[in-house]
Amino acid sequence: MGGERLKIILSLTPPLLIIFTLFFGGIFYGFLQSLGYQPAIGKYEINFSAYYNVMFSERYAKLFWTGLGLNLWVSFASTFLAAVFALFGALAIRKTFFAKTICNFIYSLNLPMPHLVVAVGIIFVFSQSGLLARLASQIGLIGSPGDFPVLVKDKYGLGIILAYIWKEAAFFFIILMSVLQSLGENFEELAQSLGANRWQRFRYVILPLVMPNLFSASIIVFAFSFGAYEVPALLGVIYPQMLPVMAFEFFLNPDLNARSEGMALSIIIAIIVMILVVFYFWLTQAKIRKD
Amino acid sequence: MNNNLKKINIYAIYLGAIILILPLIAFFINAFSFRWFYPQVIPKELSLQAWVRLKLIPKPGQRTFEGFIELWASNPAVIKALLNSLSIGFLVTIVSIIIALPAARVLGLLNFRFKKLIIFIMVSPTILPPIAFVLGLNINFISWGFSGNYFGVCLVHLVPIMPYVVLTMTGIFANYNPDFEHQARTLGANKTRTFLLITLPAIAPGIVVAALFAFLVSWSQYLLTFLIGAGKVMTLPLLVFSTASSGNPALTAAISIIFIFPAILILFFTSKFVSGESGATSGFGKI
Repeated sequence: MGGERLKIILSLTPPLLIIFTLFFGGIFYGFLQSLGYQPAIGKYEINFSAYYNVMFSERYAKLFWTGLGLNLWVSFASTFLAAVFALFGALAIRKTFFAKTICNFIYSLNLPMPHLVVAVGIIFVFSQSGLLARLASQIGLIGSPGDFPVLVKDKYGLGIILAYIWKEAAFFFIILMSVLQSLGENFEELAQSLGANRWQRFRYVILPLVMPNLFSASIIVFAFSFGAYEVPALLGVIYPQMLPVMAFEFFLNPDLNARSEGMALSIIIAIIVMILVVFYFWLTQAKIRKD
Repeated sequence: MNNNLKKINIYAIYLGAIILILPLIAFFINAFSFRWFYPQVIPKELSLQAWVRLKLIPKPGQRTFEGFIELWASNPAVIKALLNSLSIGFLVTIVSIIIALPAARVLGLLNFRFKKLIIFIMVSPTILPPIAFVLGLNINFISWGFSGNYFGVCLVHLVPIMPYVVLTMTGIFANYNPDFEHQARTLGANKTRTFLLITLPAIAPGIVVAALFAFLVSWSQYLLTFLIGAGKVMTLPLLVFSTASSGNPALTAAISIIFIFPAILILFFTSKFVSGESGATSGFGKI
């Protein structure tokens, strides 16, 4: 048994070493810096003033709380809408029809597309001189580009939400398709033969069956959109600003004191995501225990 | 009676497909048109101007084989970024698979104490956002001399990639029967031969999928490369981002097309393997 134990330890050490030194090491060092410990500029004291500054100081409080609000709004809205679109798409596409394979491919096309490219695509399509505005002016809906609603670089984060919907709907779609495929149509046929109508089959048969996968995918998407940088950096405005962009900008600030605040922000983002994930595990465990 | 509803259903799917493909259409129009002014929907003239300005296609009159070679040999920024992206992606993919292989085997085949905890630690980088660790790591990398160079960028790419590779390959080993190896060994094959002739063919499809995912995750990395590379390691996503923020749609579109090409290629090859059950699929949400 001793040999096996050694084998386990030796096999697991290299990847764990990478994750511990780079990932947890980075978080730990970031946390130290957020507490004001910056030997590089001769600061050794430890305190929570960076956290206090970010959240409550007159200078940053408004920026932080509006940013947090925007973060929650963008993540909730994009996760929910992407899941809804994908669910209807996946349910509709199960039937056979003309050009099904092509549609299937297009629906999963955004899956491997980097977020960065999706953000650029959203600018090309939804900006005031984008493809949609041109189409609208062609059919006489609008005159000048200014008549088209501001959907990109707007203060409500609509462009960011659109980009996440575009990208994550494909992710939800793939997951739902495989769940629906493995379920087959037996349950629905059974429900139909028992007299359930369309809505009842959806509400009481399909939805409960896909819910666990839909929910865990939602957690992944929510956590990602809450902490990602590229999309809000390209499609957002200066105020209100999503937290990851704010953290990054603090960090790049030539004033080295702002660095602590940037670190504090990134730790706050991580804590919020962590609370969410723990809550999710607690919820699923509670459900398993109940069942 | 249900026919109308069915028709609406199908039209909705077509509409959805058209909406989804709009950005891609816009990419191609932008990249191959010149002076595509509002309110034109279809550009008045097609042009390779953007590609000429990026030094990917020679000026008219020089479009011979030698012309192309000469232009590309002059090392334009896009080619340089492309080569960087490709080589970092390949290197990181190979290293991550070599590192993950023994770990995945142990996690997939054996049961031991703390296994769940170890898996949880392994996948933790997929849960927390990269900004949470890279700001702190950046300072460490500067003092270790890993900042602003190729090696540091490769090293930091391992962090988001490792979880997917380990997870995908653990799944493969969970369905793998090591008894065949014992049989080969009792029949006289040595360790290397057993690995090459028995183990490798059995896990090869899984390795291919893990490798494609790993490559794609590295390929689309922006924040990590930007911070650790400190502007000295230029990759395609960095180029797309800076061109997009400077606001030239034609150039942005042209670089983006090069950037998304491997992604679409990989989707073609993996669409068979991609399903909700594979641990790697969750990686797609993060690219």
